Amino acid sequence: MEKIMSDQHHEVKGNEFLVFRIGDEEYGIDILKVQEIRGYDGVTRIANAPEFIKGVTNLRGVIVPILDLRIKFSVGEVLYNQQTVVIVLNIADRVVGVVVDGVSDVLTLSPEQIRDAPDFGTALSSEYIMGLGSIEERMLILMDIEKMMSSSEMALMDEVAA
Amino acid sequence: MSMDITEFYQTFFEEAEELLNEMEHLLLELDLDDPDNEQLNAIFRAAHSIKGGAGTFGFIVLQETTHIFENLLDRARHHELILDREIIDIFLETKDMLTDQLNAYRNQEEPDPEAFERICTTLKRIAEEKTDAGSPAPVASAPVEAPVAAGAGIRLLEIVLSKLDEDECATLTEEIALFGTVKHSEYADNTLKISLESSEPADDIEAVLCFVLDASQIAIQEAAGGAEAPVAAAAAESMKAETQAVAEEAPAAEPKGADSKASQAPASKAPAKKPGKAQSSDASLRVSTEKVDQIINLVGELVITQSMLEQTTQGLDPVVNGQLLTGMSQLQRNARDLQEAVMSIRMMQMDYVFNRFPRLVRDLASKLGKEIELVTVGKSTELDKGLIERIIDPLTHLVRNSIDHGIELPEKREAAGKNRLGKLTLSAQHQGGNILIEVSDDGAGLNRDRILAKAKSSGIPISDNISDDEVWQLIFAPGFSTAEQVTDVSGRGVGMDVVKRNIQQMGGYVEILSQYGKGSTTRIVLPLTLAILDGMSVKVGEEVFILPLGAIMESIQIKHEDINRVAGQEQVIHVRGEYLSLVELHKVFNVPDAQTDVTQGIVMIVQSDGRHFALLVDQLIGQHQVVVKNLETNYRKIPGVSAATIMGDGSVALILDVPALQRVSRDRRGSEPARAQAAVH
Repeated sequence: MEKIMSDQHHEVKGNEFLVFRIGDEEYGIDILKVQEIRGYDGVTRIANAPEFIKGVTNLRGVIVPILDLRIKFSVGEVLYNQQTVVIVLNIADRVVGVVVDGVSDVLTLSPEQIRDAPDFGTALSSEYIMGLGSIEERMLILMDIEKMMSSSEMALMDEVAA
Repeated sequence: MSMDITEFYQTFFEEAEELLNEMEHLLLELDLDDPDNEQLNAIFRAAHSIKGGAGTFGFIVLQETTHIFENLLDRARHHELILDREIIDIFLETKDMLTDQLNAYRNQEEPDPEAFERICTTLKRIAEEKTDAGSPAPVASAPVEAPVAAGAGIRLLEIVLSKLDEDECATLTEEIALFGTVKHSEYADNTLKISLESSEPADDIEAVLCFVLDASQIAIQEAAGGAEAPVAAAAAESMKAETQAVAEEAPAAEPKGADSKASQAPASKAPAKKPGKAQSSDASLRVSTEKVDQIINLVGELVITQSMLEQTTQGLDPVVNGQLLTGMSQLQRNARDLQEAVMSIRMMQMDYVFNRFPRLVRDLASKLGKEIELVTVGKSTELDKGLIERIIDPLTHLVRNSIDHGIELPEKREAAGKNRLGKLTLSAQHQGGNILIEVSDDGAGLNRDRILAKAKSSGIPISDNISDDEVWQLIFAPGFSTAEQVTDVSGRGVGMDVVKRNIQQMGGYVEILSQYGKGSTTRIVLPLTLAILDGMSVKVGEEVFILPLGAIMESIQIKHEDINRVAGQEQVIHVRGEYLSLVELHKVFNVPDAQTDVTQGIVMIVQSDGRHFALLVDQLIGQHQVVVKNLETNYRKIPGVSAATIMGDGSVALILDVPALQRVSRDRRGSEPARAQAAVH
């Protein structure tokens, strides 16, 4: 078990990360999960869905749910304007759009630059954090976006049993 | 064209599978008292083609099985072997065996040798027994050794393959060399000529080549000076074929172009073989569903783009932009036509489903000692491929049910004054935008009392004066079975609920009509296609929803005095003497700024599962044909919503799931604690 874990870490740590901002925090996700980055268009609201699920939108003929990580993490100002960015992710054969405050750059982190994350509170369970990346003065929160999006708390997928 | 032989495996598997299905179908249709020559020939040809193909690809076991089978069939078609029920049973079993073998090869495994031994022994036994019994076949018993003998002698064949590329020659020559010794080969003007010394019949070789080449490219001729005996035999055979049956000549009367080039000696056999083949290769095209779906998606996009453009151009001055507007309307017409044409690709005939039942009915009936005649009506009714595949399981279940506890044993039927032979009817027909599929039997019908007793004992609450229709719906409850005995056919009560659920998932519903002692009918009503839906767009607050047109009965505005409250919460409206419960869409979906005054909004009377209820919306927008997009591809099921679509302006609108709406509305009311009491009433 431990071996598998460390193998995974090794593999993950060699990757490139897309860095985005939510409020003052900087997050990094595996660039290979990112399909595209686009502006925020009108969404169709979905009734009775959690608040952070903004609704569904039409992405070239495909119906894609859009969720707002700013609401999910309760950080940043929730405004929708010309600057609002949606990162379209391709996760477990599903396409999901995620609203963030802005996308800054793509960074390659070497394993030495990645530290283990301490335990966090509730908004972002440490379960979904692969580690903390440090580049000079900046700290990146490296998210296991696939694991998070597939989790039942994101309410994106039907429960397996259902 | 690369000639790597493995590329043709798939073609062979598919064609062989089709041939086997056709064979089964023909075997079941065969009238034992007066077998139709053409059918017998067709069965023989199917076995023969498979044997040929199996030989080429080195599927030894399959080849040997079909070889023995083919010999028997050959004798059957020459009336040396008199077919009876037992033989047909064994033939069917052989067909199953062949299917197994085929699947084994497909999975790159060796077929089960024991099964192979067993079937060979059985087939050989028939060959001995039935022949000894002496067949007083009226026709053609004299020149009989011919077909078997024809394969024995070695003779020289001239094979001419036209329209070939040079790089194909080597592989083909190698291929042909498997049949005997290549004496000479030359390639000129895109034509390959090969002289082959072989003991294989010319049409065997042709059958094999047909897997690789088009029939019109192949010509095989027996070279002059070949051994005399086989020529004579073949000639005898051709004579016999002429005298034997007009039926055999009928297919030959539709020559497929190249047939005239075919050899002289085995001519009577070769053309007869073509029609079956030609049908599958020329008249249709094998395309993967994925590709078709991709086209459908793209066309859907095109239609959306077109309507977006149309909306943009609507405000333009027709005098200044006349040409553009004419072009737009042409584009609209073409886009719609294209969409319709593309959608029709996915449509398949019900035949595809019905065809698998004769065998099932036959096997089950004999297992249960019942006598059942299967009648199918409306085989050519078309249904979307996605639906047709999903309808098979529920339908199989219903058919099994009918046979197992619908139709009675022959003695019981006679005692009840009915024909010993039970009748099971499968029918399909279009009705509006729906397809109606019925499974009906003239059996015992549902027993109201027994269902009620069973329902009571399983604790389902029922009132005493419950209507028949409602009683029949009880059998769709999970775990419900009234079969006196649980058999391995049915009676475990897992099923009817699954049937109902499956049908509902397909957007349809099930009804049962039954009369005790006279029989019962299960009716499945399904939408024609899942990909396009006729819908009415309605507005609630600022949100737009699509209501399937099929569910809408009418839309009305109602007055205050027609609204009543039940238990303080649930509202019912009074429409022409009927009380309908009211579902307020804005409450179901929590829409802000919606019209909450029932008299100011529009009330749509909708139906689901045969029941009616009223739905409150703000206003109607218009009728559209919308492309149904799955929500669950990227998101999950939303209660009360069946799918989504993209509107003309590119925005997404949700399609309402009418049967679920009422339930969702109740659940929402029920989940509000203060009102929970009222909802229970």
